Amino acid sequence: MLSDKDRIFTNLYGIHDWGLAGARARGDWDGTAAILARGRDAIVDEMKASGLRGRGGAGFPTGMKWSFMPKEIGARPHYLVVNADESEPGTCKDRDIIRHDPHKLIEGCLIASFAMGAHACYIYIRGEFYNEAQRLQAAIDQAYAAGLIGQNACGSGWDFDLYLHRGAGAYICGEETALIESLEGKKGMPRLKPPFPAAVGLYGCPTTVNNVESIAVAPTILRRGASWFSALGRPKNAGTKLFCISGHVNKPCNVEEELGIPLRELIETYAGGVRGGWDNLMAVIPGGSSVPVLPKSTCDTVLMDFDSLRDVRSGLGTAAVIVMDKSTDIVKAIARLSAFYKHESCGQCTPCREGTGWMMRVMNRMVQGRAEPEEIDTLEQVTRQVEGHTICALGDAAAWPIQGLIRHFRPEMEARIAAYKSRGASSRMAAE
Amino acid sequence: MVKVTVDGIDVDVPPRSNVLQACEAAGKEIPRFCYHERLSVAGNCRMCLVEIEKAPPKPFASCAYPVNEGMVVHTDTPMVKKARRGVMEFLLINHPLDCPICDQGGECDLQDQAMGYGGDSSRYDESKRAVKDKDLGPLVKTVMTRCIHCTRCIRFSTEIAGVSEMGATARGEGMEVGTYVQKALSSELSGNLIDICPVGALTSKPYAFVARPWELKKTDSVDVLDAVGTNIRVDSRGPEVLRILPRLNEDVNEEWLADKGRFSVDGLKRRRLDSCWVKRDGKLVKATWEEAFTAIDGKLKGLAGDRIGAIAGDLADAESMLALKDLMGALGSSNLDCRQDGAVYDASRREFYTFNTSIAGIEEADAILIVGSNPRIEAPLINARIRKRFLAGGVRIGLIGAAADLTYPVEHIGTTPAALSDPAVAEVLKAAKKPMLILGAGALARADGAALLAECWKLAAASSMLTTDWHGFNVLQLAASRVAGLDLGFLPGKGGKGLAGMLGGGVDLLWLLGADEFDTAKIGASTFVVYQGHHGDKGAARADVILPGAAYTEKNGTYVNTEGRAQRGQLAIYPPGDAREDWKILRAVSGWIGKHLPYDDLAGVRARLEAVNPVFARVDILPRFGGNETAAPQGGALGDAAFVPAIANYYQTDPVSRASPTMAECTAAHAPALAAAAE
Repeated sequence: MLSDKDRIFTNLYGIHDWGLAGARARGDWDGTAAILARGRDAIVDEMKASGLRGRGGAGFPTGMKWSFMPKEIGARPHYLVVNADESEPGTCKDRDIIRHDPHKLIEGCLIASFAMGAHACYIYIRGEFYNEAQRLQAAIDQAYAAGLIGQNACGSGWDFDLYLHRGAGAYICGEETALIESLEGKKGMPRLKPPFPAAVGLYGCPTTVNNVESIAVAPTILRRGASWFSALGRPKNAGTKLFCISGHVNKPCNVEEELGIPLRELIETYAGGVRGGWDNLMAVIPGGSSVPVLPKSTCDTVLMDFDSLRDVRSGLGTAAVIVMDKSTDIVKAIARLSAFYKHESCGQCTPCREGTGWMMRVMNRMVQGRAEPEEIDTLEQVTRQVEGHTICALGDAAAWPIQGLIRHFRPEMEARIAAYKSRGASSRMAAE
Repeated sequence: MVKVTVDGIDVDVPPRSNVLQACEAAGKEIPRFCYHERLSVAGNCRMCLVEIEKAPPKPFASCAYPVNEGMVVHTDTPMVKKARRGVMEFLLINHPLDCPICDQGGECDLQDQAMGYGGDSSRYDESKRAVKDKDLGPLVKTVMTRCIHCTRCIRFSTEIAGVSEMGATARGEGMEVGTYVQKALSSELSGNLIDICPVGALTSKPYAFVARPWELKKTDSVDVLDAVGTNIRVDSRGPEVLRILPRLNEDVNEEWLADKGRFSVDGLKRRRLDSCWVKRDGKLVKATWEEAFTAIDGKLKGLAGDRIGAIAGDLADAESMLALKDLMGALGSSNLDCRQDGAVYDASRREFYTFNTSIAGIEEADAILIVGSNPRIEAPLINARIRKRFLAGGVRIGLIGAAADLTYPVEHIGTTPAALSDPAVAEVLKAAKKPMLILGAGALARADGAALLAECWKLAAASSMLTTDWHGFNVLQLAASRVAGLDLGFLPGKGGKGLAGMLGGGVDLLWLLGADEFDTAKIGASTFVVYQGHHGDKGAARADVILPGAAYTEKNGTYVNTEGRAQRGQLAIYPPGDAREDWKILRAVSGWIGKHLPYDDLAGVRARLEAVNPVFARVDILPRFGGNETAAPQGGALGDAAFVPAIANYYQTDPVSRASPTMAECTAAHAPALAAAAE
């Protein structure tokens, strides 16, 4: 269990002052100029040494991502873009960072921008986060007024401007290149890669897109040292992470814990346990709606980090733990996610545009059992035809929940089909 | 060059190529829907997936993946085949299987590729998507349920046509391609949307349900409804031309065709002259060839050569103009003019009246001055080249003349000839390495046309437009026949009368070879008019004898485009009724009146053409040449009137397009825009 002295987000629950004075009292903005004085390379090396992996879902090493930016600033300016378009169902960590600890994010923006040679940073915040955007703008204004950002930020000699941009409520705009498109004022549709944003990003300039949490933890890592951070967690899965526990638990919550904590311990220690006790657990989606569901047997032992969850063919994603007890209609739950992805597909590329609708329709029939048993295989094949064939990862995200369902709950689906048949109804629509 | 291995075949491709191009270089066919050589890469259809070694084990969209040195690509692995099959299945689940009632059937990319790469049956049992059709005006028919969202049409209209009117609304499965505001596309290139649409979502409205592609006879030809010389393919069935499509010619039209050239085709069947007519008692009555020839012969008898004249129209082929010129020569007349717009200027050197830079050469220019022309209306495909040049960046484009939206930004310098002496103009042209000037034919037709020609030439001579390897002086002609006419010397001979001289009773017999674009009311009341042509238009209405000729799809003709490029059109169908190829009519007349022309077949006419001017033998070839400032055209005094648009209505400029119901519909659809432009 993470000891209090190792917590990064010390105001996660908003008990203390969110403003600049409160943030300073908690240690933010302490010696920022000295951190910048270490120089770009030292900061990037420290981040690499810390082993921090991106907190937005893909888990790409943050320090390495920063190092992809051109070393020298050429004719085109560099940009940092912070992805605060937190829309993954089940996830609400960035929301609480912005609500209660916005200065961690702002300080991180300054340091990360400096480390990448960016004089400007854009925070793209989810449109629905209206109050959070107000709060964050207030914090940005405080930082400007105190000279922490703007011309000669923190007295470091580095000029830095921070802009807040509100999105319009599309899930796809959380994909980094769609986010850039949206930020440029276009329809939020992912771009083709290559070229990657580090070469051609916002307005055609070198750009790095990072998650709110990845940026917000950077100042603390740099203050306390890479070795402190990397000593937490497990090898290759270093540090602490915000977990968002929701669903059928007694006390849904956000909590910061070390990576690698057992799932059962996480739920029982912080969320008051599964409703009706651990044995009442049916399944857990461990990392936000995009990752495959885990059955109880796996949940008993699995550790919550990138590699452990990958080994059980799921993923840490955004670490949004969605708990489902035995009262859950698991097929209906996954069908609801299919509807979500069908609704949020941007429509640009064929497999996702056509596949998400197909999957949703079949899933809706599966909920009733109005299908043939072999259609489960067809559905599985359809998810494989979408996965890995699309421009962005939304296709994968739409496919994985269904793959997880079929992998672990196929008997449930088959039983439902059999029950429907036994009621004497034809499985196909009469008109066909 | 970058070395790439495709299925074991080593190929060298230029750097910055994509994998799809490398595969094509290796002779491998890559299926695709969204990729188009002339449009930006969208990478969204996911049909062109290939496998790349030493890359993540997933298929890559080859159109969007750049080549690297030593890259090893596979196009025929099980993974690739499975991926294509999967994508094809997805494309088909919401695509209506209505091929039997779809106009794209038989020439549909989706149909063809479904045969090649798809499965044999569908696993999709759900309801299919249905999408409301969009109204894109009188030319493009939409069946949006068939749309596969490749976005080619969006990219074409935005990038090539330069009108940002097409786009996609909504997202995911609900994404719809359309104009949002539901109005006719304001582009003269909209017909090309039909060609680039890989499915039957965008098809030709006038051609709807007319024919299947396999029923059609395909004849290569040349468009004559503007002076660009667009290479076309005439599709005919039996005695009818059913549609016209562009043919690939990188130097002229790339693979595009302007709307007038494409959709005027129904004008070829209406208001046609299919028999001879002779005026008796003030009324035209049907006649036989003998009666018509007799009437002409009777009038010619005793007429002095200088009382006879001939005017060649805008659609005339070089062969018939030659025959008419020879006939006039035999009759002792030197009253000839092929410039029915009344223009009088120095045509002593070819470079004074052709587009010397060449159309492809526009892409090299770094400063373009347009004088008295609206290329968007007068030559949409030349305008598209200028836009292509603009998109490549690093060019300044100036306009002297009536303000217009040319689909790219221009610096509007002035509206009168006085703007030519603006020192800023000379400065920009002088600073440029390859400047070019485009002088519109409408400006040449002004009273001060000759002076304008001289003044523009002076500007060219003062900058680096006329160097040994660059000729930046251009005249943008409007009529397909004009350059050939000038090359032939279809102009007043020594002491001969021009257009103005022949009107108002200047001659007693006036031979109109398809000449309709001048004020026929000015022909003297006692002048006997022979109209030889294919449409019952203005000229025929004034005629005393009508000889039915052939339209451009009905004869083997040579045309010289504004660049000075000789090209040949071929006979696709036979002329209707009694109508005949025009040079043959003239040859027959010459025999009837005892002035035998010295050729009896097409080869003979063409040999004579070559003897008159060797450019007619240089078919399809246009050598690039530099300029020489030593000889300047004869000038005069510049006027101070503002330039006016040469064409009021793009859709109706000649007898064919005026007879076309489709062009009439376009005129009506764009009437508000035309009215606004006129103000």
